[in-house]
Amino acid sequence: MSTFVGMPAFPTAARAALADTQLRHNLAHATGTIRDKRARVVAEVADWEDLRTAGAAIKDRTLHDLASYLVQLEESLTRAGATVHWARDAAEANAVVAKVAKAHGVDEVVKVKSMATQEIGLNEALAEEGIAAWETDLAELIVQLGDDLPSHILVPAIHRNRAEIRQIFRDRMAAVGRPAPDDLTDEPARLAEAARLHLREKFLRAKVAVSGANFAVAETGTLVVVESEGNGRMCLTLPEVLVSVVGIEKVVPTWQDLDVFLRLLPRSSTGERMNPYTSTWTGVTPSDGPQEVHVVLLDNGRTRALADEVGRQALRCIRCSACLNVCPVYERVGGHAYGSVYPGPIGAILNPLMKGVGVDAQTDSLPYASSLCGACYEVCPVKIDIPSVLVDLRAQVVDAHRGGVPSATDVAMKGAATVFASGRRLGVAERFARLGTRAAAKLPLAAAWTGARDLPTGPRESFRAWWKRTRGGTT
Amino acid sequence: MRVALQVTCINDALFPDTGKAVVTLLRRLGVEVDFPAAQTCCGQPMVNTGYVAEAVPAVRAFVDAFASYDAVVTPSGSCAGSARHQHRIVAERSGDPGLVRAVAETSPKVYELTEFLVDRLGLTDVGASFPHTVTYHPTCHSLRMLGVGDRPRLLLEQVRGLRLVDLPRATECCGFGGTFAMKNADTSIAMGSDKARHVRSTGAEVLVAGDNSCLMHVGGLLSRQRSGVRVMHLAEVLAAQEGVA
Repeated sequence: MSTFVGMPAFPTAARAALADTQLRHNLAHATGTIRDKRARVVAEVADWEDLRTAGAAIKDRTLHDLASYLVQLEESLTRAGATVHWARDAAEANAVVAKVAKAHGVDEVVKVKSMATQEIGLNEALAEEGIAAWETDLAELIVQLGDDLPSHILVPAIHRNRAEIRQIFRDRMAAVGRPAPDDLTDEPARLAEAARLHLREKFLRAKVAVSGANFAVAETGTLVVVESEGNGRMCLTLPEVLVSVVGIEKVVPTWQDLDVFLRLLPRSSTGERMNPYTSTWTGVTPSDGPQEVHVVLLDNGRTRALADEVGRQALRCIRCSACLNVCPVYERVGGHAYGSVYPGPIGAILNPLMKGVGVDAQTDSLPYASSLCGACYEVCPVKIDIPSVLVDLRAQVVDAHRGGVPSATDVAMKGAATVFASGRRLGVAERFARLGTRAAAKLPLAAAWTGARDLPTGPRESFRAWWKRTRGGTT
Repeated sequence: MRVALQVTCINDALFPDTGKAVVTLLRRLGVEVDFPAAQTCCGQPMVNTGYVAEAVPAVRAFVDAFASYDAVVTPSGSCAGSARHQHRIVAERSGDPGLVRAVAETSPKVYELTEFLVDRLGLTDVGASFPHTVTYHPTCHSLRMLGVGDRPRLLLEQVRGLRLVDLPRATECCGFGGTFAMKNADTSIAMGSDKARHVRSTGAEVLVAGDNSCLMHVGGLLSRQRSGVRVMHLAEVLAAQEGVA
């Protein structure tokens, strides 16, 4: 299985992705389709803006008092027969899952699609322990079989088209289970059938399942998984043991609060009025479903994000991916360029918030991977002001590097601060700049602009000089 | 009403005709407009690149230049957005309570040109004549940060002789994004190329927008492609009286 470790900074990764014409075509088609569907079903809801406001308010209220809601969740879960584990980071969470699997002597687990387990690299960690983790979501299966990386939160194989998927199934299924049919075509129904047949034997065989959760209701200790394919329902009900890795920000206080998110999520995410499968489970139910239930409550940088005054709103995120689908940057470069399981606008803020800035160049490049157009903020069901968080993170990146050798940008910005301090200074600078424009256009820095774009030639006289000469009277 | 023009640093240095057009237009509508020479830049280039401390002198210059006016008109959605949404953040970070107060008084008086014409003057017909086929790109900050809505379209629809054609995927960003255009030049150009393709598909002679920074980017691409489409700031269209004796 591939990982994102060692990915280059965003501009370099984006350059490579932009040259992939198949990728560009797949992305434009797929994001365009979901975007239009979302817009249609959101327009049907008269109180959509009120719902967004309510969703944001519930999350803020919960995050403000997160510690007590988490303790309440733990008590409810324990009362319902679940075992609660606390994990500070990826290694601790992975160790819990591996220990549970080993305690039952299994060498495989089936998985419900889960962002948290991807974030912690669970599949790779289990593989090192000799345990195979089978992804059962169709798109995750495509990614896993293709030894590929996810490129979207909701539709991780969005960068693949059906011809590529057929090829992956034909080449790779046989090595890990039931082979693809010999006469497999690239019709969606046939591809889904091949996946279903391949997965069914894994569902029926597995003793241990691993999931995440979309929500965790504190008052009752109920976990919630929202999905489309029913693979999640299979994993959550058939195996004897269930381990769920849940980010600590997934807690919602009550079922009444949950209601708001169950209305916001499907329309924002898949563009459906309602998702096909909503599974809820509360600890262990005797002789029904898994008889041993573990819940791993995961921090892994979330408390770091929570401490960020501007950025903490990112923890409202319900992983709908509406921001990816409307993002003009994401549409052109795809998810891999962001170097994380969380791509797109939300990834550009979540990764730096959870990992911290000033540590590696790849993470520091993410807050700049945006034109700040604001389309993400407009569609976010929990009103995360992504552009404002991006701008704040840029300031954090700059501040983290202050005191070192000044970069070209540092010098330019210091110069701008001096020139823009007074109108008189700016007037002088403009006179010099006009002399230097033609020379400057030949500098290497200017090539970033002039490679594809003509530069304006610049006027003979600035507005300021014209006004001084004419008082705005005549031209 | 004492009205000041905030011409913006980019218009001052590179596109003075846009500033002149605002002066022409407002005077034609009976509004006396002043240009306080103490003005420099709104500070957005520094803030959006992460240099908040470096933006403080510009924000200070902004409030000093404009504090005494009743309204500040700017031909830029982006700079109006910066003044109304970012100046408060810069002032708070500066730790200077005097600057925080000055910003709180000045920021609400800043109007993007179409807001000033439609909301303050109550006009949609500004007496312009521009007999050309035009398509309009709503720039992101005017659309989503300020919410200028259909004000530009209402104004353009009243221009004599002007034929307005719809731009496909109009609300999608052109890819300029300030320093994004340089730091992520490849992605910026990919976005701009698609915008230019949509512009060309309309058959318009002129692409109009309310921000010259965005037009410099898309216009730079259209020019390099020798497309024959020119770009023009909305203020210049509204100031035009082509064919009027």
